[in-house]
Amino acid sequence: MTELSNRTKRPLLEVDHLHTSFHTFDGVVKAVNDVSFAMNTRETLGIVGESGSGKSVTALSIMRLLKSPPARIEKGRILFDSIDLLEISMSRMRDIRGNRISMIFQEPMTSLNPLFSVGNQMSEMFVRHQGLTRREAWNRSVEMLEKVQIPSPGKRAREFPHHMSGGMRQRVMIAMALACDPEILIADEPTTALDVTIQAQVVDLMMKLRKDYGAAILMITHDLGVIAEIARRVIVMYAGQVVEEADVISIFEEPRHPYTRSLLKSIPKLGDASTHGRKRLQEIKGIVPSLADLPAGCHFYPRCPHADPICRQGEIALEEPAVGHRVRCIRHAGL
Amino acid sequence: MSFSWKNIKRRTNLLIGSALVMFVAGMAVFAPLLAPYHPTEDANILYSEEPPCEQFWFGTDIQGRDILSRVIYGSRISLSVGLFTQFMNSVIGIFMGLMAGYFGKWIDDLIMSITNILLSIPTLVFALAVMALMGPGLINVFIALGVTNWSYTCRLTRSQVLSAKRLNYVMAARALGYGKFRIMFNQILPNIMGPILVISTLGVAGAILLEAALSFLGLGVQPPTPSWGGMLAGAREKLFTAPWISIYPGMAIFLTVLGLNLFGDGLRDLLDPHITQQK
Repeated sequence: MTELSNRTKRPLLEVDHLHTSFHTFDGVVKAVNDVSFAMNTRETLGIVGESGSGKSVTALSIMRLLKSPPARIEKGRILFDSIDLLEISMSRMRDIRGNRISMIFQEPMTSLNPLFSVGNQMSEMFVRHQGLTRREAWNRSVEMLEKVQIPSPGKRAREFPHHMSGGMRQRVMIAMALACDPEILIADEPTTALDVTIQAQVVDLMMKLRKDYGAAILMITHDLGVIAEIARRVIVMYAGQVVEEADVISIFEEPRHPYTRSLLKSIPKLGDASTHGRKRLQEIKGIVPSLADLPAGCHFYPRCPHADPICRQGEIALEEPAVGHRVRCIRHAGL
Repeated sequence: MSFSWKNIKRRTNLLIGSALVMFVAGMAVFAPLLAPYHPTEDANILYSEEPPCEQFWFGTDIQGRDILSRVIYGSRISLSVGLFTQFMNSVIGIFMGLMAGYFGKWIDDLIMSITNILLSIPTLVFALAVMALMGPGLINVFIALGVTNWSYTCRLTRSQVLSAKRLNYVMAARALGYGKFRIMFNQILPNIMGPILVISTLGVAGAILLEAALSFLGLGVQPPTPSWGGMLAGAREKLFTAPWISIYPGMAIFLTVLGLNLFGDGLRDLLDPHITQQK
């Protein structure tokens, strides 16, 4: 009994002090540097960050899809339903991929095999993970296409990827990802390659399907608008580290880390002076530091408007000034 | 990539090549109907070394056999050797190339070293050595040419796999939990078949030339079975007194190889979208 109650209390996915590096000719690139977070069943967690902040590498580490070499997971644990994903064999991992944890990618235009019909590719999922016959799998595929709101799914299933638009292909990818009723769906910038109206449709679709399927969603994006719409809790990453974590309201209403604040200030708002050309939009000065040559102390130090010499002395710890609100800045209280 | 009739029609090399190949293939299939005489049994020493005339269109050889009939029957040997050995080479080469390209690391190093060694030995010398070891005969020609010449296919497959495995849909397939072999054979292989098909077509021509060379040197198909290379060997010392004995089988080899090469080139142009769009 106690074991059972312990189990229900545990988060569904727990990333624990993950370190992932790329060993290149130019040196060791620390793409993910001590990242920890937890995700509960049915929760929607957003990860925001610029290119190179380590958000995609975190996701690929969870899926164990990084090519090694050059990538190497140096330290840490990834616990999924009490299984350490970094310890299990590749064949057990393949049974989890697509079946219990699935992932969709940024590029819907090229994520489908051009030589097979859409229904054919979807059927393969059911054959692989659920052992259905070809005919059953085909029928299930058509059902899934209907669920992701593709019109005349029976006809569309026989079509090839090049017959479809980007938005439709991304829906097909979502349908494939949800086909086996996974517990977690990792979405790596699923809307980046789509135009704005289609983005909204895809986000709406994902929110609807989350309700129907009850999958937890790990939404990786650099688009704060998408995060605001879909996520309950947000992790902000910078240079391979989690710099802030809080529920979505707190992140937007009272951000504590200088990076999060600058990020929010750099978004144009309708009706704001900057959108009428009267004021310049605020930018974050400088560029993301090279992950092969990180500054000592706080990684955001060179670009931080509140930088102080004490920020450079030693690693900055992740503090928890309010319940559920973590921040990696030693001066956050005084700002 | 477009297989529309309009695109095919614009490629003269493809049209001429496929016409020649179909002509030779038709000769091989319908040999008993087309040949006016039996290639081995209708030998008449009275008609030895007859020049081309109405009765013997291509003339006769030393034993008085009709050269036209022998050339027609010879196409069977040449084509079967060409197709079968290239098929074996393709199977071995594609499999090795997929392994090397997909798994990389030591498997790649090992397979690439083997192909390097194979490529450093001249093909004919290697085939000669194998034939010398196993003795002459048609079956041994199949084996000797079928297992020695897969390096090109292997290297081409490997390089195609290296670029194909970085494609997004291969990554997506891995994220869906597909196994290595499912990805290699179901996702990657169908997408890289174009160039492999082209190099295989050209390989058939190479194999036909090699068989002719082996038979010319007396290690290939044994007389009296008609093979183009073997016919050339017998005609060597009559080159000046009865040139038709060597000219016609030589022409047959030349036209078949030319046809296959044109066909291969045309196929490559057709499959390469850059060239298709340019014209």
